[in-house]
This record gives sequence, structure tokens and C-alpha cells, in this order.
Amino acid sequence: MAAGRGVAAEACVGQVVLPGDVLLLPAHPDEDGERLRLGAGAAPRGRLLCGPGLRRCAAGLLVTKCGLLRHRQAGGGAAAGGAYWVDSQQKRVGARRDYVGGGGEPPSCPRLTDLFVHEPRLQYVPVKGDHVIGIVTAKAGDVFKLDVGGSEQASLSYLAFEGATKRNRPNVQVGDLIYGQFLVANKDMEPEMVCIDSSGRSSGMGIIGQDGFLFKVSLGLIRKLLAPKCEIIQELSQLYPFELVLGMNGRIWVKAKTVQQTLIIVNILEACEYMTAEQRKQAFAKLSGN
Amino acid sequence: MKATPLSNCERRFLLRAIEERKRLDGRQCYDYRNVRVSFGADYGCCIVELGKTRVLAQVSCELVPPKPNRPTEGILFFNLELSPMAAPGFEPGRQSELLVKLNRLIERCLRNSKCIDTESLCVVAGEKVWQIRLDLHLLNHDGNIIDAASIAGIVALCHFRRPDVSVQGEEVTVYTPEERDPVPLSIHHMPICVSFAFFQQGTYLLVDPSEREECVMDGLLVIAMNKHREICTIQSSGGIMLVKDQVLRCSKITAVKVAEITELIQKALENDQKVRKEGGKFGFAESIPNQKITAFKMESAAVDTNNVEEQAEEIITKAEPPSDVFAKPILHTPGTAQIGEGIENSWGDLEESEREEAVEEEGESEATAFECQKMETEDTSTMRETKKDEPIVLSDSEEEEVVILEPQELPKKTR
Repeated sequence: MAAGRGVAAEACVGQVVLPGDVLLLPAHPDEDGERLRLGAGAAPRGRLLCGPGLRRCAAGLLVTKCGLLRHRQAGGGAAAGGAYWVDSQQKRVGARRDYVGGGGEPPSCPRLTDLFVHEPRLQYVPVKGDHVIGIVTAKAGDVFKLDVGGSEQASLSYLAFEGATKRNRPNVQVGDLIYGQFLVANKDMEPEMVCIDSSGRSSGMGIIGQDGFLFKVSLGLIRKLLAPKCEIIQELSQLYPFELVLGMNGRIWVKAKTVQQTLIIVNILEACEYMTAEQRKQAFAKLSGN
Repeated sequence: MKATPLSNCERRFLLRAIEERKRLDGRQCYDYRNVRVSFGADYGCCIVELGKTRVLAQVSCELVPPKPNRPTEGILFFNLELSPMAAPGFEPGRQSELLVKLNRLIERCLRNSKCIDTESLCVVAGEKVWQIRLDLHLLNHDGNIIDAASIAGIVALCHFRRPDVSVQGEEVTVYTPEERDPVPLSIHHMPICVSFAFFQQGTYLLVDPSEREECVMDGLLVIAMNKHREICTIQSSGGIMLVKDQVLRCSKITAVKVAEITELIQKALENDQKVRKEGGKFGFAESIPNQKITAFKMESAAVDTNNVEEQAEEIITKAEPPSDVFAKPILHTPGTAQIGEGIENSWGDLEESEREEAVEEEGESEATAFECQKMETEDTSTMRETKKDEPIVLSDSEEEEVVILEPQELPKKTR
């Protein structure tokens, strides 16, 4: 795929594209000389969005990330519409969100924006309402500073625990793990976490016990595990009892009866990302056999 | 950006796991992670992967005036860089304590061990010598940077070719690769670093610590050694007291590991040399047209094999013994036998094609990959067997086994 030559975008769907590749879009018979309009420039034949990893150029789309090219048809049966994006596993990116949509204004179609947010990445960007696992890095006055894997540390008030008062402070040490929820997560602002819900109950949040093990997986895997119809956790629970906390920031805390059992869970969950459902079933069958 | 802090529960769990002689990735205490060496399109460029740790090395050269106190010696320059690409905790362009320590260790490992013949880099004494520059870039950090960097460094130096020069009177001519083949550096030996992490004041020892293990270790011992079992550098950090026995044991382990790694490096270098000569695809370029993803793949997971033996035995006991009993083999001549009557023998044809293959393969100089070499040796051995006893119908070693297997023995084995 030589740069500059250009390949038809449809031909590359599902294949690896590299930065610098040019993807040609299907030509429109009635729009000969005019440049293609993408994104917010709503064309009558359905609009086309270019998602993360793609940029417009004179010839069509310019690839800016390496990964697999993905495409989704827009609703309404428009031939040229839909969305193209690059499904990449970029390990470290800056603190900004990916540029979603082709035009200047945000795309109005919510389904397409959803789709880009589900791009697997390792860098977490705080989102309001997300449940995450944070590591306490400092105790500053009446707030704790938590590392949540984002670009900035989150703050957590000591009053944001169930039953906490000015006199009854929660016992939190530096290095402890806290499972909480984002209350404030705005761009260019320090995110703020709480460990209570709107009615003042902990509802499972709070300090995580001293035992067990914390490890990190990709954000894509976490979303897969937290999906309502996820079979992985159900299959795992048939092996032996264990405790599990999944944070949307890619952190998983797991505790089983012994070190060996914990390690097995850790390795299975890490391997799940690269296994098909069938391979996974085989692996589980092997484990439950002995 | 700050590095991710280590939580208390991770620390506690890791230490407990180490006490139970368990490691996160299923390795044993003395196991090294998989080492993979791949070369770039140019000479002197390579990527070494040690598990998930990746180091890119590039060697370059330049003609410079020598240092006044050493007019007949070439100049060596080593530089290791840690970029934020490797781990978010590394800052670009900052001389952190770790970076200084690693650079110093690389220098001691490669320069002070005198593995490169600097005198051969002299072109005109006192006027022109080669300056060899080795740049190491950490691409991903998953612990044990020093081992990966030392392997990458020595591999790149071995792989490097400098332009040929000739001196006629005062005139120095540097030849392009088209005019004259570039010449390799003269390397006396290959020092390789092996790291040992100590826990609980030296009670527990782990070879090739991963990033998490490095976070909780008490002390680190790095031994650089070549395959002749000569220690080139030894450094202990972290301020722990080591007993004499521990150090001796470490040096013994180092000798084993270094021998393995040196063999791997030599195989990789030979392989690359051959592919280059044949004009095939080599280097990183080979992964592009196949559209193969080279990063973020899962290594084969370590599976707990504790109860495998019992399980296998259980299966054997449950399984029925093979139903059909072999008819008595008919011995035609010593070395040949026939089982069953009137069945057409298809083994002979197979043997023919195999023999052809074996002959063809022997015609070639050597197989490319290591696996191929293994296969080849097997093939040639069967061929030799066939030549030994010419007029045979069945001559595979497997066949002989079947003949030896008496029908009475079968149930005994399965029980």
C-alpha cells in the first residue's frame, strides 16, 4: 500500500492500514469536479463520517494511525454514507479525546459517536458516571488524590464515603485501592470522584481490601467484560469462588483463596482479549477438568 | 506524565507469590523470558524483544580525528535513551538516575570489556579513525532494560558493516557498498548482561525480573559475561548484603543463560546473512506485505500442568485397549516385516517421495530456519537408513517399533 497512490476505501475494510495511506472514496456521478464533502456537510446521499485515525485530504481519506480499517453503514440505506475509522490499539496517547466526526460541529447522530468511544485504547479518559479503581497517591488536607490512569489525578473528598462525617474519617492510607464513581469529569478540569450514590449509600463502592491483586488490561477488554451479555465472567465463576472488581479505567482487582488461584484468574482474563469464544471454552474446559 | 504508582495490595501479593515461588507470567525463578532478535533493512540495525521489553539498536560510523592521547585507536560511543513511548513515567531529554545508571552499565559492559578491537578502526594514525556510535532506544518497558539493551547493543555491533577504506600515500578513499563490500567490525567476544532481582534481603532470587517485580525488589545484581565464562562486569545495587554463595550461584546461572543467548544471537545473525545473500525479504520489511500485526500479540499463556499426569493416567485407564490385535508379523528377511495378508502396501510410495525430498534438501547448503534444520537432519537420517539396507519394503523407524510391540504386551501397558 504505497502512500499517495491510494486504494479504494471499501477494499481495505478489515485490513491493516498505515499512517500515510490514502483511501479513495466511491466517486459520485453528480459531483464530478467538486471535492467530497464529509461529516457535517450533509450531502443528500447520506453523510460520511471519518472517525479516529482518519483525516480528510484532497484525494479522499488520509490514514493517521495504524490499525484495522473499519466501516459501518449509516442507517437509511444511503450508499456512500456511513463511517470509516481505524481500529487501533494505540498504547499511549495524550490526554485529549479523539476527534470525532468529520465536520467542525459534533455529529448529531448519537449511534455513530457511541461507536468511536468503544475504540480499544489503554489510555483512559475520565467520563462522568464511570466506575473506576483508583490508587491513593496522596492525602492532602480533606481530599485524597487518586491515580486513575488518566492524564490527571482525580480528587476524592473524605466526606464522600458512606457514613463519613467530620469526626468519623475513613481509614485510607497512601497506596490503597478505592472503587468509586466520577462525579465531575470535564475537559481541562480535575476530575472528582465519590464513593456514594445520590442517596448516600456506598452501593459497593469504597476501599478495596488489602489482599488480592490489581492488574491492568486494555479498555476494550473491560468493556467486553462489563457488557450485559458477557459470558466470560459467568464461565469463570464456575471454576471456583473469587472476588472481582472491574474498573472502567482498565484496572481489575481479583482475589481468590490462594495465590495460585488468583494468578490463574489473572492470566485467563489477560488471555481472554486474544481468544475467540471457542478457544476460551476449550481453555475453561481444560481448567475445570483438573 | 507520572508513572502509575504501585498499590499496597500489588506489593503484598507479589511478595507473597515470590515466597511461594510463583511468578506472574508462570515462569520459574530461574527462567528467562523469550528473546527475539529481528534485523532492520540496513546493517547495524536490530530490535531485540525480551518478553514485552523491546529495544531498538542502530550503529553508525564516521571518520574523525582520534583523541590525542590515543592516536591509533578508534572511538566508541554508546547512548541509551528512554522515551515516554516506552513507559509514561519516562521524560524525554532528562537524565534520570536510572538512565545514567543504565548508560554507565552499558558502557562498562561493551567498552571496558574490550570486546571491540579499537585498533582495527584506525585509518591513518593520529589523523583519521572510525568513530562507532551505538544508539539504543527503549521502545517498550516491561522490566529488565539492561539485559535487553546489552543484547541489542552487541547484536547491532556484530551485524554492522563499515565502508571499506584504502590509503595510498596521503589519500584516503572511502568506498561505497557498490564498489567494495563493507567490512564487519572485529569483535573479540560478546558480553551479555544477566540481571538478578533479590527479595526479602536476599532470601529469594529471580532471574530476569519483570517491571512489577522490579518495583518490589530489594536489590539487583547485574553480571555481564561472555560465552567463555569470563565475567566482564558485575554490579550490585539496592544496598543489600549478598553472601558469597549467592554471587557464585548467580555467576553459574549467568554462564548458562549467556551460552543460550549467544547461540541464539549467532543463529539469528547467520540466518539474516543468508537471507540477505539470497536477496529475499529481510528485516522489519518482511512483516509489512503480509499485513501481519507485529505488536500487542499474546504470547502463549502458561498453563498449570500440575495434575496433567494424573489426568492422563485417568484417561488411559478409562480408555479401552485397542481392539484389533496385530496379526503375527511375517519376517521376510532381517529388517523387513509384513503385517496382515494381501493388503496393498502404501508405505513404499511415500518413502520414494520422501527420499527425493531428502536428496533435494541435501543439495541445498542449509535450511533457513532452525526448525527446518531439525527436519532436515531427520530426513537425511531416514535416507541413510534406507540406503543401508537396499531391498526393503518397509524401512521407517516407526515401523520397526510396531514390529517389536508384541500383542501380549499391549494390555499390560494400558493397565
